[in-house]
Amino acid sequence: MSSLAATVQNIFDEPGCAKNGSKSKADRRKGCTRQLQPGSAAGGCAFDGAKIALQPFTDVAHLVHGPIACEGNSWDNRGSASSGSNLWRTAFTTDLNETDIVFGGEQRLCKAITEIINKWDPAAIFVYQTCIPAMIGDDIDAVCKAASQRFGKPVIPINSPGFVGSKNLGNKLAGEALLEHVIGTQEPDYTTPYDINLIGEYNLSGELWQVKPLLDELGVRILSCISGDGKYREVASSHRARAAMLVCSKSMINVARKMKERYGIPFFEGSFYGIQDSSDSLRQIARLLVERGAPQELLGRTDAVIAREETRAWAAIEPYKPRFKGKKVLLITGGVKSWSVVAALQEAGLELVGTSVKKSTKEDKERIKELMGQDAHMIEEMTPREMYRMLKEAEADIMLSGGKSQFVALKAAMPWIDINQERCHAYLGYLGMVKLVEEIDKSLSNPMWEQLRRPAPWQVLAKAMVQMRSPLAEIACDPALGETTRRAKEICFCNKVDLGTIEDAITAHGLISVEAVREHTNAVGGCCNRRIEGILAASPSALPQAAE
Amino acid sequence: MALVKASTKSCAVNPLKMSQPIGGAFAFMGLRGAMPLLHGSQGCTSFGLTLFVRHFKEAVPLQTTAMSEVATVLGGYENLEQAILNIHSRAKPKIVGICSTGVTETNGDDVDAYLKLIRDKHPQLAKLPLVYVSTPDFKGAFQDGWEKAVARIVEALVEGPGVSGLRDPSKVNVLPGCHLTPGDLDELRAILEDFGLRPSFLPDLAGSLDGHIPGEFTPTTIGGIGIDEIASMGRAQWTIAIGAQMRRAAEVLQAKAGVPFRLFERLCGLDPNDEFITFLSEISGRPVPVKYRRQRGQLTDAMLDAHFHIGGRRVAIAAEPDLLFDLSSMLHDMGAQVTAAVTTTQSVVIKRVKAEEVLIGDLEDLEELAGTKQCDLLVTHSHGRQAAARLKIPFYRAGFPMFDRLGAGHQLSVGYRGTRDMIFDIANLVIADREENHQPTPDSWRVPAALPRRAGHSSPGTAERSIA
Repeated sequence: MSSLAATVQNIFDEPGCAKNGSKSKADRRKGCTRQLQPGSAAGGCAFDGAKIALQPFTDVAHLVHGPIACEGNSWDNRGSASSGSNLWRTAFTTDLNETDIVFGGEQRLCKAITEIINKWDPAAIFVYQTCIPAMIGDDIDAVCKAASQRFGKPVIPINSPGFVGSKNLGNKLAGEALLEHVIGTQEPDYTTPYDINLIGEYNLSGELWQVKPLLDELGVRILSCISGDGKYREVASSHRARAAMLVCSKSMINVARKMKERYGIPFFEGSFYGIQDSSDSLRQIARLLVERGAPQELLGRTDAVIAREETRAWAAIEPYKPRFKGKKVLLITGGVKSWSVVAALQEAGLELVGTSVKKSTKEDKERIKELMGQDAHMIEEMTPREMYRMLKEAEADIMLSGGKSQFVALKAAMPWIDINQERCHAYLGYLGMVKLVEEIDKSLSNPMWEQLRRPAPWQVLAKAMVQMRSPLAEIACDPALGETTRRAKEICFCNKVDLGTIEDAITAHGLISVEAVREHTNAVGGCCNRRIEGILAASPSALPQAAE
Repeated sequence: MALVKASTKSCAVNPLKMSQPIGGAFAFMGLRGAMPLLHGSQGCTSFGLTLFVRHFKEAVPLQTTAMSEVATVLGGYENLEQAILNIHSRAKPKIVGICSTGVTETNGDDVDAYLKLIRDKHPQLAKLPLVYVSTPDFKGAFQDGWEKAVARIVEALVEGPGVSGLRDPSKVNVLPGCHLTPGDLDELRAILEDFGLRPSFLPDLAGSLDGHIPGEFTPTTIGGIGIDEIASMGRAQWTIAIGAQMRRAAEVLQAKAGVPFRLFERLCGLDPNDEFITFLSEISGRPVPVKYRRQRGQLTDAMLDAHFHIGGRRVAIAAEPDLLFDLSSMLHDMGAQVTAAVTTTQSVVIKRVKAEEVLIGDLEDLEELAGTKQCDLLVTHSHGRQAAARLKIPFYRAGFPMFDRLGAGHQLSVGYRGTRDMIFDIANLVIADREENHQPTPDSWRVPAALPRRAGHSSPGTAERSIA
């Protein structure tokens, strides 16, 4: 375990991370994951993170060494897409029982690996360590090493038991395992000056394929994607790429940085989320490739593609502007997305009432200020209760967030769109941003909301019952009483004109302005101006105006 | 009598089973103002939470003691204490249900003792019920967790019938197994009320996970049976337990408060509902309402119409013991052959499943059996979707989790009406499958040796297993 502790320590001290760089030496050693609060924690464990990061490897058997909870409760829950093998969607677990806990689970693990190789013959097996075997001291490194030798096949230990930390740490531990055991172990069939790696892209809902055609058009080859639609051989030979793009910087920055150190592959942090970002990323890819020796003309071609795609995307978003006029968006997400989608939403005419910055870096926050102005409403931490209130009181018309806060919005009968990992639509690249705008429109313009927000009939009835008991109800039932009340209520104190007289004049002549009332009655319309306006607004003839 | 076998594999592939702690936590979700708490690392909770949310499409309260590696070495007292205090001050629950996990069981946390210490130290918790269930991940399955949790709730919260010993003749306790949906509970409630009975459901998922929209946001469960109502269950005239898993809780209730119980192992099908309705008529002293006489007629007619389609089907079914017993018996009653049956854990009912053999195994086993035994109807939870696609046979989703279809919380299996609708659903699947995949061609009836008669029967389970 001491080596795992060392790895964790090493990961926390990430020189490539801007946030980490700005900390004091002592703080840096403490690591970047906040200490979890028992009883108010949310989010996955390190094992969860490792699994999420690696499961998109499509041709690998993912074997979870642990009791049934770790795999049985969680399998087949990711929306990554594969262009080939579906082996990644098959769940394998040693399902440890009490006897294994007492006598150790190594033997069972060994047998499980043998069974998988005999039945499936996968490109590789990833063995995930979990809390219990870590506690009882199962040495999965040794088992995997022995199995690799015996079967002549990569059997890779992923040392990321849940209790060592958060999901984010697990992402990075998975990255360490790739660096140690996978990357650089095979050679590609051929290389080109246009080979790149995408690191931290998981191909959710197949969204990588929204961008890939553009890269194909430019002649840029994705040598490997870590790990969306990942193939073991591609990642094993990814050290031959000329440049890399770090897509989700929070999850795998250690992989990008170490590949730069070890293999001299330059990388940049970018995103295909948002129009501006997609363009920036394409330009950066071209720039890095040219710096590494690709022909200069790539830059020009890239600019041409960007110009064409941007024009198309903005044109597609244009028609939504009038529809979105005055509509307010609350954006609850993390990191890059806290600003990368803002530009597109603003361009479509939506007003941003707030964006969360919980997982954002200093640079992220600067970008937000650039886009939304100095007094941008940046939300550090928002409780579900507060979100619910904001939506319920219509401070926002729609919320974009991750699945966790979904019901907060829906239960307030407010439109909501999933823009995090469980989303079922692909929002990447130029096409994706148009798709997002389309989805927002579909949701906002749905006639269902209006019906849903209407109270149930019995609530209306109950209200009516309360009204019946009010003094006004008495008047409504008794015309004579109503008449006297009307006559008794003075509106213009100066000339002593009562409510009845004014109301009658309004009804008789269809009056709609204070001026007109003054002409037809004795009312002065000076100090009683407001009161007459009130009567006008409430009277039937004024209804058309009120409706507007 | 079915032969019960356990899988001999070392590697479970495509698990059918889920873990005990989340089964236990699920039971607490049927209590009003409850916060279930898993004593383990935060992943134990987050996986469970995701699973429930995907199934119900509802916000689900579930907390964690967030055990770290260091805490695991030092013992979990402090984490448990902090978690309870945090939950108490933030979520203001009426009850906290605590389930242990593999981590804290392996490390040997004595939670009962911890709770005593915590109570001594924090008098502000005096009125907050803290119910603890031991549910290690490495033993049993989801259903076992539920069974233990309900028994513990009864033990901890039900009070005796009072000094007078008087019982309320119309008050009936219902202890539903975890295989019943919120929709099932509502159906049962309506039936009991139609007999003039006043049921208390423990747990009552229909109050919390039926999908209603609460007036305001609450971090705990938004409905379910209240603590006071649970306490009053000792004054009931009868307890109705549904599913063999509920025998334990019913026995505890009987021992504690002297309430007699009647166990209904099944509530899907004609026979079991006849028995059930007769029982209700007896204990309520009322004749069977016309509504149910009509519903019985409708069910018998549905059986007549559907037997053409369900009769003779070779069913491959995988579910937790009580659901397996219930559904497979109903299908058997309709003339289907239960050809492959797989379950998760030991239970008294599985040897009575109307099949030659019941395997305690996983969905790989089910897929293999369904392939080799040429099954043409698959019944299991949503994780069976990959197997169904490979087998190319109609797939009826039943049980937990059901994450790839809507309305999981309202799928009915109980009562005459519930059975009727389920029979229609299954028969319709078979009809649709026939129209889409098995239209006769000029070659349909040629010598079978040369041409496989039905495409669905080309076995993907054996030699050339396709994983793609």
